[in-house]
Amino acid sequence: MDIGTILTFTVEQAFGPYAIIYCLAAIGLNVHFGYTGLLNFGQAAFMAVAAYAMASFVATWGLSLWLGIATGLLLTVVLALILGVPTLRLRADYLAIVTIAAAEIIRQTVGSVTLKPTFGGQDGLQSNFVRSFRELSFIHGDIDLGPFHWSANDAWIMFVGWSLVAISCLIVWALMRGPWGRVLKAIREDEDAVRSLGKNVYGYKMQSLMIGGVLGGLGGIMYGLYKNAVIPTDYATDTTFFAFTVLLVGGSARVFGPVLGAVLFWGLLSGLGKFFTEAARHGVMPEWLMSEEQASLVRFVILGLALMLLMIYRPQGILGDRKELAIDGR
Amino acid sequence: MAAEGPTLSKSVLADVAHEPGAAKPDPIVVASGVRRTFGGLTAVDVEHVEIQRGAITALIGPNGAGKTTFFNLLTGFDRPDAGDWSFNGRSLARVPAYKVSRMGMVRTFQLTKVLAKLTVLENMRVGATQQTGERLWAAMFSFLWADQEAAITERADDLLKRFLLYEKREDFAGELSGGQRKLLEMARALMADPELVMLDEPMAGVNPALKQSLLGHVKSLRAEGRSVLFVEHDMDMVRDISDWVIVMAQGRIIAEGPPDQVMEDSRVIDAYLGAHHDQELTFEAEEQILAEAEAELAPEADADTPTPGSDD
Repeated sequence: MDIGTILTFTVEQAFGPYAIIYCLAAIGLNVHFGYTGLLNFGQAAFMAVAAYAMASFVATWGLSLWLGIATGLLLTVVLALILGVPTLRLRADYLAIVTIAAAEIIRQTVGSVTLKPTFGGQDGLQSNFVRSFRELSFIHGDIDLGPFHWSANDAWIMFVGWSLVAISCLIVWALMRGPWGRVLKAIREDEDAVRSLGKNVYGYKMQSLMIGGVLGGLGGIMYGLYKNAVIPTDYATDTTFFAFTVLLVGGSARVFGPVLGAVLFWGLLSGLGKFFTEAARHGVMPEWLMSEEQASLVRFVILGLALMLLMIYRPQGILGDRKELAIDGR
Repeated sequence: MAAEGPTLSKSVLADVAHEPGAAKPDPIVVASGVRRTFGGLTAVDVEHVEIQRGAITALIGPNGAGKTTFFNLLTGFDRPDAGDWSFNGRSLARVPAYKVSRMGMVRTFQLTKVLAKLTVLENMRVGATQQTGERLWAAMFSFLWADQEAAITERADDLLKRFLLYEKREDFAGELSGGQRKLLEMARALMADPELVMLDEPMAGVNPALKQSLLGHVKSLRAEGRSVLFVEHDMDMVRDISDWVIVMAQGRIIAEGPPDQVMEDSRVIDAYLGAHHDQELTFEAEEQILAEAEAELAPEADADTPTPGSDD
């Protein structure tokens, strides 16, 4: 068992494509939950809508990938409208219920047998739809940085992905430092107070839902582009909860919270998985404790434990402000 | 100006009849037939009421009289089953709460609603109206709203100084004491520069020392030419600062008038203390009431005694 390999793998994954995908989804959730207090449990739906629009445009209808991406992002706005119109007037918990249900409806619909000719059923869309994206790449060989190694494809995804993360963070920062962001934070604290001060709370919540949804959509698109496939199971509820974990680990209502959270979360999850697999394979881990097949799943047990400890001892996340959390006015 | 304020509004109201629904010379709010029921309970059933402009009007009444519900109805936080109500002559039926506020009628809450995880200064800034930077597209470009923000901050600082909260401006609002939260909420409402300030129990939970300064602040609102409508249980405050008192009980308005007269009104005393509050309960009277009750019960008891063979 080589500790060096495990550490290298951990770092490669921490900055790799999956970290980017969860980071973008979590930046969206940060706008929803961190700043506005909207409990969106259906971020996977926003990701799925954008990814499926992109993939089906090329794979099913033979249209341009870029048109598909644009349509996908537009559809996340439409999805936000559809979810928001009936629920944003209600209490926060209703949004949670509706979004989690909507995410499942969308996943079941795109995976249904009836729509198999369009969306590929449970196998999803896998015909090489990312060609025009990869053609744009200026990275033609694999990247070797000391002990770290990324394939040309991964490096291109990482370049585009981290650029998108940077732009998203910049937008979130620009929006949240000023009066608009202040209204969102005020809504998170007490929407009746904000209403009494003449702000259209419903309108602001809708804007927040849309912006966070589009950011989630970007995450979905990166997911599809990376895997060169869009499969229903990739957009299940655990994707949403991973994104929430990323947000909470990093610290919600902090611009860089999701970035730090994504790097740590995915790095740790991958590193732990690698560690247990290697340990079981090389007999370091006794067979009665875990077999090689079980080993990769133990990481989720450890992750759960780590999350619990984090919530108990540092509930504000890594970048959060303890003082801020101590005051719970409600 | 501050000195002539109270006398002025009192003299304006001198000719107004001391009866529920009396017409005022220059009403800022007029409500008629406003009714709100919760299931079988009629929480508010106001036939007619007018609130005088430029005066401090108190809305009093025992617990459960429907004062806060009426407040919610007036400010658009709740919708009545029936009725018309207007502010400055403009109907407020189906107008959402935030638009009511924009029209110049800003309220505070009985259970103070400060924005706990925002600083005191940020709380104040949220109160300012017509901010360019609150529009999504403008928000990203600080040069579009930086000047306005500076002006707002200056105004907020002035108000914070007036309300003795300036030292706390960088603290989280959630760290303030109950009384300071009341002050902050009132100051924040003033950021919107309202014509009518609606205060829901401004004195609840405020210590006596702070009470005096709060009283002063409410009076200064009138001196600035604003109208004030407030709900309050503290009778000393009502007597001290209000020009006119409206009394509610069981959802209806039962009396109106200047504070001194209203508090002697038998209907008001009855509403607060019950109709028989001034009769002393002597031993003889108690005996008599008991005897009457027993006499009333006796025939019923006979009738209720089950007779053998009958089903009930």
